[in-house]
Order: sequence, then C-alpha cells, then structure tokens
Amino acid sequence: MSKIKCQCGHDNPFGTVLCEKCGRPMTEEAKKSEVVDMRYEGSARRSQTYKRSIIDKIWNFFSSVKVGVGIIIAVLATSAIGTLFPQKLYVPVNQDSPAELLAYYERLYGIIGTLYYKLGFYDMYNSWWFKILIGMLGTSIIIASVDRVIPLYKSLKKQRTKRHASFMKRQRIYGAGLSGDAGSSLAKAEEKLKNMKYNVKTEDGAILAEKNRFSRWGPYVNHTGLIIFLFGVLLRGIPGFYVDQTMWIREGELRSIPGAPDYYLENKDFILETYSKEEADEVFGEAIDRVGTIVKSYQTDVSLYKKKEDSLPGSTDLEHVKDYPIVVNKPLKFDGYNIFQMDYRLAELKSMTMQLIEKKTGKSFGQFTIDLDDPEGVYELNDGARVDLIGYYADYDGVENGEPVSKSPIPNNPAFIFDMITPEKPNGEKSFVAIRQTLETEENAYQVKFVSAETRDISGLTIRKDKTLYILLLGGLIFMIGVIQGSYWNHRRIWIQKGEGEELLIAAHTNKNWFSLKKDLNAVKEFADLPKYEDRLDNESSSEEEEGEK
Amino acid sequence: MGLASLSANLLLVSFIAYLVATLFFGGAVKGAKSEASYSNHRWGNVGITITIIGFITHLGYFITRWMASGHAPLSNMFEFTTAFGMMLVGAFILLFFLYRTPSLGLFALPIAVIIIGYASMFPREITPLIPALQSIWLAVHVITTVIGESILAISAVAGLIYLLKHVDMTKPSRQRFWLEAVMFTIVLVLGFVLSSTTFKVAGYEAHFTYIDKNEAPAKITYHYPPLFGMHEYEAQTPGAMEPWAEMPAVINAQKLTTFVWSVVTGTILYLILRLIFRRPIASLLQPFAKKANSQLMDEIGYRSVLIGFPVFTLGALIFAMIWAHEAWSRFWGWDPKEVWALITWLFYAAFLHLRLSKGWEGKKSAWLAVIGFVIIMFNLIAVNLIIAGLHSYA
Repeated sequence: MSKIKCQCGHDNPFGTVLCEKCGRPMTEEAKKSEVVDMRYEGSARRSQTYKRSIIDKIWNFFSSVKVGVGIIIAVLATSAIGTLFPQKLYVPVNQDSPAELLAYYERLYGIIGTLYYKLGFYDMYNSWWFKILIGMLGTSIIIASVDRVIPLYKSLKKQRTKRHASFMKRQRIYGAGLSGDAGSSLAKAEEKLKNMKYNVKTEDGAILAEKNRFSRWGPYVNHTGLIIFLFGVLLRGIPGFYVDQTMWIREGELRSIPGAPDYYLENKDFILETYSKEEADEVFGEAIDRVGTIVKSYQTDVSLYKKKEDSLPGSTDLEHVKDYPIVVNKPLKFDGYNIFQMDYRLAELKSMTMQLIEKKTGKSFGQFTIDLDDPEGVYELNDGARVDLIGYYADYDGVENGEPVSKSPIPNNPAFIFDMITPEKPNGEKSFVAIRQTLETEENAYQVKFVSAETRDISGLTIRKDKTLYILLLGGLIFMIGVIQGSYWNHRRIWIQKGEGEELLIAAHTNKNWFSLKKDLNAVKEFADLPKYEDRLDNESSSEEEEGEK
Repeated sequence: MGLASLSANLLLVSFIAYLVATLFFGGAVKGAKSEASYSNHRWGNVGITITIIGFITHLGYFITRWMASGHAPLSNMFEFTTAFGMMLVGAFILLFFLYRTPSLGLFALPIAVIIIGYASMFPREITPLIPALQSIWLAVHVITTVIGESILAISAVAGLIYLLKHVDMTKPSRQRFWLEAVMFTIVLVLGFVLSSTTFKVAGYEAHFTYIDKNEAPAKITYHYPPLFGMHEYEAQTPGAMEPWAEMPAVINAQKLTTFVWSVVTGTILYLILRLIFRRPIASLLQPFAKKANSQLMDEIGYRSVLIGFPVFTLGALIFAMIWAHEAWSRFWGWDPKEVWALITWLFYAAFLHLRLSKGWEGKKSAWLAVIGFVIIMFNLIAVNLIIAGLHSYA
C-alpha cells in the first residue's frame, strides 16, 4: 500500500488518521471534526486498513472491541445460567449415571430442571460451546491487542514536539490567546512542568510535556497476563501436568497413593472435633446455643512412606518420609503433590467378637474375633468346638431367590452363616446371624452370640499435583501489574507553542482523569501566565468558574 | 464491659455518626450555589470530620470484635455486610479527598447506613470458625474483596447522582421508570429492616419440622408469621399461624416468607411516601443532585472503577483462587459465589472497554455503574441466601 505524505514531509502508513509526526488531520472526517478522536493517536491500525481477504475479515472481527465486549457479555450471561441450579459436581448422586442425574433434577426442579439437564446446563462449564466462547475471548484479547499496541507504540515514538495548529485546535483542552511575553511564558512553563515531574521537550518555540507514558502499555501487559493464564488452563489437558485423585483410607490402613507412584500413606487416626461449650466460653456460647454443634476441625494423622529406591519392582520395602496431621486448609505437601482432607466417614465396623454358647446351659466355648475385611473362615474354640464361617455378607440387604445378598463390600450391616461344630453335634448346626437377628433352619442346641464390635473411621482425601499453578500465578501477577499500571497512572501530555506574533497556543490530552490534568494545567497557567483554555466537553464547570469569579 | 459489647457499642456510634454527617453534607449542598462554590464549604468540613470519626469507631468495632473472637470478623452475613458498609465509607473518604465533593457524601452515607441496618437484621452473635474458614486467607481474601467492592460501589453512587441530575423526571420515560425502580428497591430494603425489627421486638417465633431436599428430616425457626410452609412441614409451636401454602423442597419457605413480608412492608412504605409527597422519590431527591458537577460525577464514577477494579481482581479472584486451592484442593470449582465474582469482574471489564473504546460516558456509563452495584449486591445477598453453595454461611 502506498504511504500518505503529510504536508510536514512525513510519510505516514496507509490508513493514518492523524499525522504521526505533526498531528495534522489526514482524513476528511478528522478534518471536519471539532474535537479529534485521540484513541491510538489516530494511527493506522491493520483492522481499519485492510478489509479484503478472509484473514483480514477474521482479523477485523476479533480486533473489534465491540465484538470483544459481546463475547464478554456472552460468557457473563451463560455463566449466570449455570448458577441457576447446582452443577453436576455438587449433586449428591452417582456422577456417572445419567438416569440418576436426570431424576435428581426432575425431582427437585420439575420441568425446568429436566430442561436444564437436557440442554446440558447441568455441566455447562465443561460443555464444548462454553469452551469455544472462552477460546474466542482469548483470540479476541490477542488480536485486539496486537492490532492496537504496535501502531500506538510507533506513533508515540515518532511524535514531534511541535504540532500543527490544526492538531492543537482539535484537542479537547485547547486555549489560544495573547501573552505579554510569549518567550518568557514558555520558559516559565518549561520550568514549572519540569518541577511537576513532566518530561519536557522543546523545539522551535514549542513545548511538549509528557508524563507516565508507560501507563499506556498497561492494558497490553494485563492482556498478556490473561493469555498466560488461559494458556496455563489449557495445559492441564496434557497428561502429567495435572493429577486429581481421591482415596478413602481407613484408620490403620497403609495404601499406595493413587496418582503418586512409589508413595504410600498410612492413616493413623482420624479426629473430628467440635467446639465444646466450656472452651467456647461466653464469646461463642450464644452461637452454639442457636445452631447446635459447630465443627472445630477435621484431622487425619498420617505417615508418608516412599518405596526405597534400590528396592526391586513389586517389593514393599518402604522408607518413612514423615508424619503429618492433615487438616482442612493445611494439606500435606511433598514432591509437588498436595493431599487434602476432604471427607470422612465415622465408625465403620472393623471387627466383631462373638462367642459360641450352649443354649440350654449358657456354657461358653470361648470367644472369637472376625476381621470384617478379611474373615478367616475357621475359628477353633475350647473343648474341641469350632465355628466355620461359610457365608459372609458385608452389607446385608435381605434375601433374594433364597440367597442373602450384600449391596456393597463395605461392612455397613454384616451378616454371617456359621456352621457350629461341637463334640455333641459333630455334623454341625447351621445358623444365620445378622445384627440383632438369628435365623435357624431347625431348632439348634448351640448359638453364636455377639459380644462386641470394634469400629474405625475413614478419611476421604484428595490428591493433587498441578504443574500449571505457577503458570497461572505468573499470569495473575502479570495481569495485576498491567491493570495497576494502566489504572493508577495516566498518560498526560501538554503542548504549549507560539502561534502568530505573541500568541500562545495550549492544548492537553490524557487517556483518563481529566480532572487532575486540568489541575496540573491550572498550576502551570498561573505560574507562567498562559492564556485561558477551555474543556470543550465540560460546559458546566467553565460557567461555574465564571460564576465564582463574579 | 467485655470486648464484644464494646464492639457493638462502637458500631452504634458510627451508625449515628453517619446519619449526622449526612445532614451536614445536605446542609453543605443546600447552602451552596454550585459545585465550585461548595467544595470548601464549612458544613462540608464538619460533615467529613464526623464521617471520619464514624469511620474510626467503625474500625474500632472491627478490631475489638476481631480481638474478642480471635478471627477476622468476616465469617457471616452480619460481619461481612457491616464490613462492606465500613469500607464504603472508607472509599467515600478516599474519593472525597481526591475530589472534595459533598454531593458524594450526601448520597454515599445514607447508603452505608442502610447497608449497616440491613446487616444488623442477621444473627449478630460471634460464631466460632468452621474448619474451612480457619485460615489467614479469610482475612486477606475477604478484606481485599470488600475494599474492592466498596470502591466499585462508590462508582454507582456517583452514577446515581449523575442520573438524578440528568434524567428528566417531568415526563414519563424508560430511564425515569428505572431510576424510580432503583429508589423503590432501596425502600424495600428499609421495608425488610422495619418488618424484621418489628417482629424481633415482638419476639415472634414459630418452630417447624420439615423434609429437606435430600429427603432428610430437618427443623427450622421462623421469625415472621409463616406465610409459606416448608416441604411437608409440621408446626411445633402451638398457636402460631398456619402457613397459607406448602412449598416444594427446593424453595426455602422461611426465606420466602421473610422476602414477602419485606416486599409488602416496603411497598406500603413506598405508597405512604408517595401519598405524602405526591411525587416520585427520585424527583424528591433531584434537587440535592442538581448542583453536582456532571463532568466531575462522571469522572468519579469512572475513576472509582479504575481504582476498585484491580483491588477487586486481587481479592475476589486471585486471592480467592489461592485460598480455594488450599482449602478445597482446586483453585476454581464453578461454585455459584465464584461464578458471580467472575461475572462481576467480567461486567466491570466490559464497562471499562465500553468506556475506553466506544466512548460510553455520561448517562450510559452511570447506568452501567448502577447495574454493577446491583450485581455486587446480588452476589452478596441472593447468592448467599437463595443459591446454595459452598459460600452459604448466613
């Protein structure tokens, strides 16, 4: 494309609105306007210049702030829909059963709930269309930034101190008038502006005072941070970057840690503490009275072990690494892994102790203990008696087709079939024993009686390893730097130059915070006896000032 | 006097101080001809002094309560909302010293007063921390978030002043309707405070048992006469009113009852005000806004978003993610509160982009600021009370 030559002699890239060097308006539109649009310094942006090929069209689509805001609003609105009813993850039913999930939404939320499920809103943040929206947002951030930052950088670099009068005249803050001695006013203004920490450049009876140009890069820095963040999120899809496992571990158990090869965890004790009224004293007493029990802590005391490095594959030669109490907010950390206290179950049956008695006399043949995880099968007792365990149902759930059934391998409701062999009945007597019931096919002479049970707690732990966290944190940090840079400082420029004879022209521009810019300008004006200026977008305060002066 | 009761008294002092300061700011605005002439008005100086005293006692409430309980007082609805009111005043003081405009105080302080009043309707006793909240991040994350949100709220106050000044109240229009709707909503909050206080003073209580949404039996206490009954409710208090209708398990009928009582009380209050003044509330307030400088209000509205947005991002997203990772093992889980924090953030991001690139200034920008405040309030109130999630602690 051809360059546009300005009257000042500078070659501007095609599409330039205001000459990069002297600021003369280059387009008909800019020439006609009262106050010129200073966004991106009127530089030539790719999206405003090339509109032909398909790539141009895609580029132009994503570089538009209007489209960007549209995408933001779309993400915002759809996100809101996802909070109408709980997401799949928070629904207390089997996560892998669509039927149960549908039934849950239907039962609680009726037709709308069914619709919510059918339209996929129950898991919408993982849906393909939501991911596409986020992808579009990322694309928009990249393209819109690149489209603006390069031309903006170029034109701020090339800007000349002395501007053409037509540029000055079209600024929002502009003033022109005679000054007693234009030369001394300029010198004084220069001095004052330097005192106010402006960068002052002079050229042939003209001053350009500039401050905080770096704040103009804030948006591009924060957009870079966002892109790094989104990139980090993308990385978690790659295997090895991200581990997310859960494990249930009983007190006393030693298990390998899922997702963390070579590491083993032993659960020594699970402790659930509630606030007691005595320790809570008068401060919390009222609250405990109102709400009832309040939990103080969930804690799992664990020992971490690692397989010895020189051990053979498959061996369980373990090395103790450390003991640690895992509580909420204080995960166990090792080798990039975090283990969190997430859930618990109290008092699961561990073992049951029984005794064999003769019904008539009540005579006991001694006690035996059944380990509910690993029942032995045969228990030898005194006086030649023994009990054979011939059937074990960990979670007994009634009888189906003449057979007792267990609904899970967890000993929630254990039931047993015993064969009781005694010197008197060497062929044995069969008995079905469950909690609080004993069934016999015919009247037996002997009976297995329950003595006691031992319980243990189970901890629900989550294992995470997330190599992307540092990338996310870096993205967040860069975003914060950029957003602070762009928000807490603003780029101010003041132009003062000689016009015809003793006439002085002043103009000023800032990307935001005009109030402070005017304060600066007033201070300079007072000190250097500059002509009056006006803010052409604020009619009220100039009329007010006149009022005040009256 | 124990620390806890000292704390309660300090809060009362600041509540009164804000009310008194409002009157002085009103005097400053009334006595002046325009923005330029009232910026250093004597009444305004008195107003800001009293505001600062109120803010210091409010800070005193916060610190003494922290000392009494041993944790940052930000763990339930009362504590959080009170802190929000405090930071709102703090943000106003900051912007007052940047721009010295009493108009802002005249509108910001009453809003702070209403927020504190609203907060006081929730259980005020000091609660021990549940395990998930036992972390230094409770103080860090919540304080930063509250500061961010309250600075953003100042933007809405400036926006409201701008709108009151510029929306033509003499003839019907969509803007007039919505501006009056904002006023009506504020009156509804007063309705909640009024009705709740009335039944509290009367000592009303009705106990019920019901079946919750996981089909487990549960108990609940009403502090309002029960208009709506919980799912499969059974009354436990003899002589209490029989609910009009039973609600399905997903609707908390007790909260619905409170809501309906508040709306009814608020509506009656609004009608009484309309009958007395025979004018929309917005036009009643218009004279107080008339003298504010439009450009200045627009600038304050924009500037407070610029100041508040980074703080909000830090507190409500970055610190929130760090803590969520420590406590819940994931930095982001699409919990409703998290999603609404993201929505708030996206909304203000859209606000900034529209303002920067599309030149949305003046009325458009003012409306956006008001909508932003509505979103913040929605996240504070509705997400806690209606949408159940990990953050429902009130």
